Amino acid sequence: MTENTGKVVSVNGNLVSVSFEGNVSMNEICFVNVGETKLKSEVIRIRGNIAQIQVYEMTGGIKCGDIVEFTGDMLSAQLGPGLLGQVYDGLQNPLPVLAKQAGWFLERGIYADGLDAEKKWEFTPTAKIGDSLRAGEYIGTVPEGPFTHKIFVPFYLLGNYTLKSIVDKGEYTVSETVAVLADERGREIPVSMSFRWPVKRAVKCYTERLAPVETMETKVRLIDSFFPVAKGGTYCTPGPFGAGKTVLQHTTSKYADVDIVIIAACGERAGEVVETITEFPELTDPRTGRSLMERTIIICNTSSMPVASREASVYTSVTLAEYYRQMGLNVLLLADSTSRWAQALREMSGRLEEIPGEEAFPAYLESYIAAFYERAGYVLLPDGSKGSVTIGGTVSPAGGNFEEPVTQATLKVVGAFHGLSRERSDARKYPAIDPLISWSKYKTVTDADKSDFCKNILTSGDEIGSMMKVVGEEGTTISDYIVYLKSEMLDSVYLQQNSFDLIDANCGKERQRYVTDKLVCVLGSEYSLDNKDDARSFFNRMRQKFIDWNYTEFESEAFAKAEAEIDAIYAEGCGRLSREAELLLKAGD
Amino acid sequence: MNKVFNKIESITGNVITVRADGVKYHELAQINTRFGKSLAEVNKIDGDLVSLQVFAGGQGISTGDEVRFLGHEMRVSFSEDLLGRIFNGSGEPRDKGPALTDNMKTIGGPSVNPTKRILANRMLRTNIPMIDMFNTLVVSQKLPIFSISGEPYNKLLARIALQAEADVIVLGGMGLKYDDFLYFKEELSNGGALSKTVMFIHTASDPTVECMMIPDMALAVAEQFALQNKDVLVLLTDMTNFADAMKEIAITQEQVPSNRGYPGDLYSQLASRYEKAVDFDDSGSVTVLAVTTMPGDDVTHPVPDNTGYITEGQYYLKGGRIEPFGSLSRLKQNVNGKTRKDHRALMDAMIRLYSSYKETLEKKNMGFAMTRWDDKLLKYGQLFESELMDLSVNLSLEEALDLGWKILAECFEKDETGIKSDLTDEFWPVG
Repeated sequence: MTENTGKVVSVNGNLVSVSFEGNVSMNEICFVNVGETKLKSEVIRIRGNIAQIQVYEMTGGIKCGDIVEFTGDMLSAQLGPGLLGQVYDGLQNPLPVLAKQAGWFLERGIYADGLDAEKKWEFTPTAKIGDSLRAGEYIGTVPEGPFTHKIFVPFYLLGNYTLKSIVDKGEYTVSETVAVLADERGREIPVSMSFRWPVKRAVKCYTERLAPVETMETKVRLIDSFFPVAKGGTYCTPGPFGAGKTVLQHTTSKYADVDIVIIAACGERAGEVVETITEFPELTDPRTGRSLMERTIIICNTSSMPVASREASVYTSVTLAEYYRQMGLNVLLLADSTSRWAQALREMSGRLEEIPGEEAFPAYLESYIAAFYERAGYVLLPDGSKGSVTIGGTVSPAGGNFEEPVTQATLKVVGAFHGLSRERSDARKYPAIDPLISWSKYKTVTDADKSDFCKNILTSGDEIGSMMKVVGEEGTTISDYIVYLKSEMLDSVYLQQNSFDLIDANCGKERQRYVTDKLVCVLGSEYSLDNKDDARSFFNRMRQKFIDWNYTEFESEAFAKAEAEIDAIYAEGCGRLSREAELLLKAGD
Repeated sequence: MNKVFNKIESITGNVITVRADGVKYHELAQINTRFGKSLAEVNKIDGDLVSLQVFAGGQGISTGDEVRFLGHEMRVSFSEDLLGRIFNGSGEPRDKGPALTDNMKTIGGPSVNPTKRILANRMLRTNIPMIDMFNTLVVSQKLPIFSISGEPYNKLLARIALQAEADVIVLGGMGLKYDDFLYFKEELSNGGALSKTVMFIHTASDPTVECMMIPDMALAVAEQFALQNKDVLVLLTDMTNFADAMKEIAITQEQVPSNRGYPGDLYSQLASRYEKAVDFDDSGSVTVLAVTTMPGDDVTHPVPDNTGYITEGQYYLKGGRIEPFGSLSRLKQNVNGKTRKDHRALMDAMIRLYSSYKETLEKKNMGFAMTRWDDKLLKYGQLFESELMDLSVNLSLEEALDLGWKILAECFEKDETGIKSDLTDEFWPVG
């Protein structure tokens, strides 16, 4: 810590101006001394000898002349073994530790280390004395839950280093020195199992950034088959309140095919975090058979917690994600909601009296959102392995109107868009992703042609549906009516999913491919149906069988039996495969 | 260090500035004007220039009036003596009782550590079937009542205050018509609930700044009761007036407005109040029900819109009834599975049939012929509306469920209801 101090000269909300002498850097952390308590703050503007700082706490009681201590460091996260399973606030204070120190409330001015300083970890050295090393390469490993946690040469060390010494295999705390490195001039640098990294800087210790090509399974059919997300890609989920954004993210965090999930509850309800904290330790991760909590980190800065640390929380989360990516793992970061983060920027911008942009959001909103999503990526690491950070952010547009600045700025930079609609959620359709407005630039788990075929049915069905509202059922031809029934059936048996049912909620890619083929066959066929009543009852029966089929375990006996029943109904309706469907199914083989 | 200043530099609306040293942010001051004393709160410090929002408003303040800083933030007295009392936004008695100054607690305190919360899982009975049966209120839930001017939302709140199974009721009134204030007072004392109620009341004619204090005062008191192992129900009316008061002060202070003139931090301001709803891990709880009137019946207006993102569902009060369709208690599934085994199934079936009734009603209005089934639905809909939806209905959940079965039996055959037969066998009324 530097000796540099300043004095408060003005207070406006959580924005405090400080006069200082000497040097102060942008985004430097400082502490405002209010009586006995020290309030953590960050420098966000410097003008002459006045630094403007945002205080991460409530500012009541600050007065002019209060001493401010500058630390010389930027806001940083502590990286090392022991992050998994933790519940942090936006500044990486573990909430259970704060509860022990302060009780019921988040009293201000109380901070705790992100990692347990006492706990010992079993370190196995992998680097040898004399090895030439760079930042982001590892010197040893530690078992952490189901993973092998790599111990890195700190990311902030520039240039080449030679390993001078390294400890033997054994148990060490995160702050004990485990190795000594020497730089090119021979200066020795001790290295422990943990180090700090400034959260607002992207970690770039990879060899090469690759295009995201592999699909990340979310087990949500509508997403994986129609609007997929790639490992290392980005997607956003905007929707009005009550449309099920949080429920969708919650299900994704349980079933997504990734190694680690980081949940950033940013400016949302505390109740939802409580739900996750209560539920996750009880659930098992189907990939490892261990508790789901062991692959999860929760960063929660709920809506009533100070707004400046809400802004920091998304950066803290993405930094932890990048850290685990460096170990060759696939990490999913779920941010709920990025609008609250943007609003935190807006609040600060207003206090700084910056010239407002649209809806009073600051002019730099777009570049900040772009910079955040660009921290996702699929990368080749120095040891040849590959890792990814996938970012999924919810957006809460004012009035449910997607034309607002945050949604629009986000759409410019993401690779997939899952737009939730009020109509679908009001009709209790889960997930409420509207297939007519959503899009994705990534590869689907099923054949792209088949998924386009299905999407076409949905589009035509929707057109016929809106026409029917005007001319009534009587005015619709039987062939149009059948297309409409097909699109309705597709919607209810494939797009909708029961998130409470263990089998239906967890629909893997093999099953999705299999069911899609069946759907192409059923929907791509013509039937001998003479009137609308017959057609309706035929597709109703078909729908019921498909729904039953969804609840059976894949490739089980019940699965085969339900499939046979579908085939029986198909035969009863004298289904004849159309040319288009036939070609599609052939191409699949 | 009660410093006194005699020179007010500027007066704009309800905000004054004075030159003073050593003043703390959010500190309270007392101003002596020709009309009496008023409190004021520091809301900006720029060097030695201190801005204060004056609770009694700027009217009649002279540049020579005396400003005395009190050295502490806004506080409220907390003890059992609060029960049965009525205060204004400055914490002064509105009834004839004595002022309370013991055990002062700072208002607007820090938020609860999420790890000290527990999952909401207890039902809060209100004996209003549209709530208990169809959208169950859960202890520690925060729910707005979306309504329009002219709807009987205050009547609904008064009924809830009288009937709800809470240890303590805290009522916060913002911008209340004086008549409504009198109505609450009378209803609660006639109903015998006054002795477990604390009221913080700001009427429409009171100064704007006091309006902004009401939710914090009410919630601070509620929180203290909750820490004494009490289940507290906080009723606020009307949060739109609270937001408008914030808008007024923000504009006076030349803050950049974000949406329809509201300050950029509207969401955070509302959230920090609603998030006071909590079920403490081994202690009491705070449940919040807050009326939010929607200007022009527009749910996308910034106040109901931001509220909807914060709260756990909403009740729509329209045409004097709690609407069964738009209304939603997001936490109801945490509790309605363990009340009575027919609860969920009956709830679903009755809503489904009510929605068919609505369709039939539309058909009827368009002049289509009514079938026998349509006649059944029409009879059902009318019974449902008069016996269950009416606001004056006061029934326990079990009575309401029994009544539900009775209504179904009067209108339909067992198999027309779509309820599983093992339930109809057990609950269908005989004779």
